[in-house]
Amino acid sequence: MRAVLSVRRFWAILVKEFVQMRRDRLTFAMMVGVPVLQLLLFGYAINADPKSLPTALVMGEASPFARAFLAGIGNSGYFRLVGGPVDEALADAMLVRGEVQFVVTVPSDFSRRIARGEHPALLVEADATDPAATSNALAALSRIAETAAVRDLGGVLAGQAARPPPFEVRIHRRYNPEGVTAYNVVPGLMGTILTMTMVIMTSLGMTRERERGTMENLLAMPVRPAEVMLGKIVPYILVGYIQVAVILLAARFLFGVPMLGSLWLLSLVLVAFIAANLSIGFTFSTVAANQLQAMQMAFFFFLPSILLSGFMFPYRGMPDWAQVLGEILPLTHFLRIVRGILLKGSGWAEIAPELWPLLAFLAVAMAVALLRYRRTLD
Amino acid sequence: MTDHAIDVRGLNKSFGGRPVVRDVSIRVAKGRICGFLGPNGSGKTTTIRLLCGLLTPDSGSGTCLGLDIVRDAPAIKRQVGYMTQKFSLYEDLSIRENLDFVARMYGMANRRAVVEEALERLGLATRQRQLAGALSGGWKQRLALAACILHRPRLLLLDEPTAGVDPKARREFWEEIHRLAADGLTVLVSTHYMDEAERCHAIAYIAYGRLLAEGTVESVIGTSGLVTRRAATAEPDALAARLEGLPGLEMVVRFGGALHVSGHDAAAMDASLAPFRGDPAIRWSEVEPGLEDVFIALMAQAQDPLQ
Repeated sequence: MRAVLSVRRFWAILVKEFVQMRRDRLTFAMMVGVPVLQLLLFGYAINADPKSLPTALVMGEASPFARAFLAGIGNSGYFRLVGGPVDEALADAMLVRGEVQFVVTVPSDFSRRIARGEHPALLVEADATDPAATSNALAALSRIAETAAVRDLGGVLAGQAARPPPFEVRIHRRYNPEGVTAYNVVPGLMGTILTMTMVIMTSLGMTRERERGTMENLLAMPVRPAEVMLGKIVPYILVGYIQVAVILLAARFLFGVPMLGSLWLLSLVLVAFIAANLSIGFTFSTVAANQLQAMQMAFFFFLPSILLSGFMFPYRGMPDWAQVLGEILPLTHFLRIVRGILLKGSGWAEIAPELWPLLAFLAVAMAVALLRYRRTLD
Repeated sequence: MTDHAIDVRGLNKSFGGRPVVRDVSIRVAKGRICGFLGPNGSGKTTTIRLLCGLLTPDSGSGTCLGLDIVRDAPAIKRQVGYMTQKFSLYEDLSIRENLDFVARMYGMANRRAVVEEALERLGLATRQRQLAGALSGGWKQRLALAACILHRPRLLLLDEPTAGVDPKARREFWEEIHRLAADGLTVLVSTHYMDEAERCHAIAYIAYGRLLAEGTVESVIGTSGLVTRRAATAEPDALAARLEGLPGLEMVVRFGGALHVSGHDAAAMDASLAPFRGDPAIRWSEVEPGLEDVFIALMAQAQDPLQ
């Protein structure tokens, strides 16, 4: 009877695999590096319960009660007041640009109306484009209001401490009043899908030429690096636009995502975003020795993009170092732009602060790609 | 302008501290076919890449078509056709698409006509829609040649163009090379085949990165100083076993029913062979040493500096 499994042959294959694994340093580094990266990102950077959310304040009056309420807000840990009180128009602009997550408005005749027992409303507007980022903070609001009421109205209304506060906290979930997760996720998905496909497609570009040996022929011909790079990148910009069209159609007709802003503006921004991703992919492909390595590099870029950009988890929930990393990534800025345009109706002025980091990234990535491209086989 | 299409002196190139090309000087007259020979890993491919600007020499200088090989590399690329050792056109493009791409890369004005002509010239017209990846070795080689003469270069650098190609395709290939040379093209072609070397106007032999011999086939054989005796016998293996290691006998090579015995010192060799001269089972004759014998002798003399 013949043995089903020859230990020797099995051992031969096993040894060969280890030898090959040792030769491909990058793959090995990735096998160790990716889990470490995941551990660090998931463990330290991700926080589904964001605190210290920037909050603008519109103070109609500076009564002791209003102050107590604001102190309560600050103490809750969820809200961080940005600067001093501002007027309504500025507060609104800050909310659109995404500089603040909340605007708290204390009406001008607030304490007077409490005294009259009119049960006035404190207005808290939330940027609810990402419902997950604001839900806990909003839930904490009513508790804060009660505590503030007890402390400051204690003298007057000592006996009513256990009752509901003599005012209400009215919450406006701006841009996504029903808190539909899809409104946030679907536009975000556009950026994520583009990042994934664009980086992978171009990262394979030069490595495929090298692996198949066609690189030598290409280099022997009178062609400039920029010509190769643009020629390889532009087709995928078109592919990117097809993807965007598909996603936008789905967003509109399947998910009913609102589209308040200009789609023309969005498509202009898309050129920069797609080109930024393609350049990074091109850079990878000038570094990677083979297509497998290129894929791994693309993955290595994709992972932080998805985790640190605010696509999956609230950006403001992350510690500072993770936010700094996130600021570098093109996806972070694109997400803010696409959500701004679609959900908030942002225009040029509102997206400009997010556009220039994207363009800066594009310029650097292109420069690196061109520098890395070798015109000889040296 | 010189009369030489290639005129380089003292080329050196090393990779990671390992010298691959050492002090190589080559001159190839215009309109000539120069065979470039040498064992595997001797630096032939690297030398060719230095000539067409794909690699930058560590030191050395020279001209290709009158253009400086370092400074004018982009200009050289326009006028040189380089056929890589490994098929380096796009396997997922058809023959015509590949040629069309190359024609565009060189900015050919009358692209359609040029491609059409190349298809006709190399008999590729009927297969023009086939994917390059589906072609057999011989057809791939034709396509590669068509691609590298498309832009009407003045110099062809062919890196082992006939490796793995059948004899008929090889012959046709060489006939095409000679037609091109007759049209005024200069050709530097590396090969391992001695019959191909003999088809060249001149040959250059390189080993361990050093140029060891240069000139026409006759002059290379003549200046080698090698002497060869042929022994026709029914039992060459037995005779070879007895001859090997005798003083003066540098090489004993079997050729079917005969042995070729070669050495540089004719007197010493004949002294060693004298005892075998009387054997009626062996017919001795003097022959011209073959190119292969000369090369193997050259290689044996050259010291591998790494060993």
